[in-house]
Amino acid sequence: MKTMNVTANKVKFLLLPLLIIVAGIVMYFVNGGFNFDIEFMGGVRMQVDMEQSFDNEEVSAFLEEKLGISPVIVQAGSGTTATIKTQPIDDAQKDLIFSSLKEKYGLTAEAPMSVNTASASFGSEVQGKAFTYTLIAILLILVYIAFRFEWRSAVMAVIALALNILVMMAVYAITYTPLNTTFIAAMLTIIGYSINNTIVVFDRIRENMKGFKARKGAKVSELVDRSITESMGRTLNTTITTLITIVLLYFLGVPSIKEFAFPLIIGVLAGAYSSIFIASPFWAAWKEAELEAAQQK
Amino acid sequence: MKKKSIAILALMIVIAAAMNYVAFFGIAIGNMSWGGVLDEEQGIKRGIDLAGGSVISFQANAENPSETEMDVVEAIFSARLSNSGYTEARISRDEAGKITVEIPSETDTDKAASLLGSTAKLTFVNADGETVLDGATDIKNAEYKFGQTQQNGAQEAYVELTLTSDAVSKFADATRAAAARASGENYIAIMMDDQMISAPSVSEEINSETCIISGSFTPETAEELANQIKSGALPFDLTVISKDTIGPELGAKALPTSLVAAGIGILVVMLFMVIIYRIPGLMADLALLIYVGIISLVLGLMRVNLSLSGIAGIVLSIGMAVDANVIIFERMKEELKLGKTIKASVDAGFKKAFSAILDSNITTIITCVVLYFSGIGTIRGFAVTLGLGVVVSMLTAIIITKFLLKQLVGLNIRNRKLFCKQ
Repeated sequence: MKTMNVTANKVKFLLLPLLIIVAGIVMYFVNGGFNFDIEFMGGVRMQVDMEQSFDNEEVSAFLEEKLGISPVIVQAGSGTTATIKTQPIDDAQKDLIFSSLKEKYGLTAEAPMSVNTASASFGSEVQGKAFTYTLIAILLILVYIAFRFEWRSAVMAVIALALNILVMMAVYAITYTPLNTTFIAAMLTIIGYSINNTIVVFDRIRENMKGFKARKGAKVSELVDRSITESMGRTLNTTITTLITIVLLYFLGVPSIKEFAFPLIIGVLAGAYSSIFIASPFWAAWKEAELEAAQQK
Repeated sequence: MKKKSIAILALMIVIAAAMNYVAFFGIAIGNMSWGGVLDEEQGIKRGIDLAGGSVISFQANAENPSETEMDVVEAIFSARLSNSGYTEARISRDEAGKITVEIPSETDTDKAASLLGSTAKLTFVNADGETVLDGATDIKNAEYKFGQTQQNGAQEAYVELTLTSDAVSKFADATRAAAARASGENYIAIMMDDQMISAPSVSEEINSETCIISGSFTPETAEELANQIKSGALPFDLTVISKDTIGPELGAKALPTSLVAAGIGILVVMLFMVIIYRIPGLMADLALLIYVGIISLVLGLMRVNLSLSGIAGIVLSIGMAVDANVIIFERMKEELKLGKTIKASVDAGFKKAFSAILDSNITTIITCVVLYFSGIGTIRGFAVTLGLGVVVSMLTAIIITKFLLKQLVGLNIRNRKLFCKQ
């Protein structure tokens, strides 16, 4: 197989994730921030089967007038389901949402399909937890890789991870996907999984590095290119097998499962990309610079 | 050697098939029977988001509530739940005075929340505002009754209290004192959480083991009050911080559609492995079937509480289960291309791939452990199933595939094309 020239083009490969992140930042400001779900902000989320097609704006305006609060966000779900979100309100107002919809639209159901309420303090607690536990996971992995490989590998792996996380957040901003506890699970899974691919490449580099110093004129970047090429089959095929099941889950699953599958798909793709095109070539550049500096002494 | 290998391979196929059959359709030997992983009574438990029900999280309104205080809260909660017939309810505790209750099939979440969350501090107070009886120490039992409370009165719902022997004399003293007072002050008020239920006037000393609380009760409210008094008062106030109601129809579709997705996923992954890795791929497929069998048996026999996120974890783990095989087989292919014998390639493939498999699985396990301890209830199921999946798949992908490939080597296949493109 022809050796791929990844190390020489590393800056070009960095462009794709950067482009997605920039698009994410732009969309963040266009949408006015993330689509935080009630688990993060506190509030009420209710799923109601409207039993007919409906206009989001119209339902929203109707409920805002009935409840006397704004905004009441109405989103269409699968079929004739509507998802209604508000700020934290009391039980009586919560009941009013369903009873007034039932009256206006002649609903036959006796109760909403689901109701979730979270207090504002619960939301800020979850936000804090999401942040803390993501950091803990990253730190533990950093320590593990530093222990099993070398500290430069650990740093590069974690930088690639950070990039993956930024890409995922950008995708959430671009697609305006609701950010809830699912997001934390997906994020942490991706942290664990995307490092898998990085490890496969690093493992091959580690193996090829044995006896490396003995050879004169050998370059780290060439070795890394060779390692990436050699492990390409593994990286691609493990990514494909993992994607098969989640993609199927995304297309066949119910909406709440889709919510889980979507960030996992993005994360697995980003993880494979960053381990091939980001972590290893930048590690090579770093290692090479270090070796050169050592020689000049 | 060859015949033995064929026999062992055939046996493994039978074992894989039998395991999956038992896992999904159950087994009955003599008097022992097990309904399989999907059995409602004996298999996995369906979480609230699959079966419908209520999830309520409370936060203690107290600075650093102690473990013992939270034990009391939990005991009171479980007493209130079982007194109300919620036998399937589950209580889980979290750090910093947080406690979460899951009640299957109850969709009136607000009612359940108020039943659990009210402090239920019962006091008898005289006209001067002095507490004469305290529900926490002076009451032995509380019972819901229906009948006459006054001569010639109508039938009504009331609560009958049984006092402790100490309380009987205390109550006698208090009623004697109250009876002696001027009209308008000769009453003893019965308060529940600082709310007056009734304030009967007292005309004479009452020296009795029982006394009744009547007022404008419906049978339901009287029963709830009796239940709350009986299960005791909470040591502090609890605030509801999150409440979820999931209607039964919402989750009903989640499990079957995910099973279909998982089934198709397994078939596609198996096909992929055979196309890419040929005969070794077939062995990986057999190992994958054994993996599916083991994981279903483990989940079913442990009666794991399966939630939506747990399903996602299982399905993800199926895709990840063959990852180790991919790493091993790619390595084998390289060795074969170097001109090594099939046996030497298989050995080298396993040996050289092991470190990469171990390292990558450990990082996934690290994140599963972190997720589990994050204490965010909705994603705990995901951490459990994915973590379990990764551990089991490491066993099947390494030990079982290795065993299978050894038999394959024993078949003495000379056609290298069955292993990789030449």
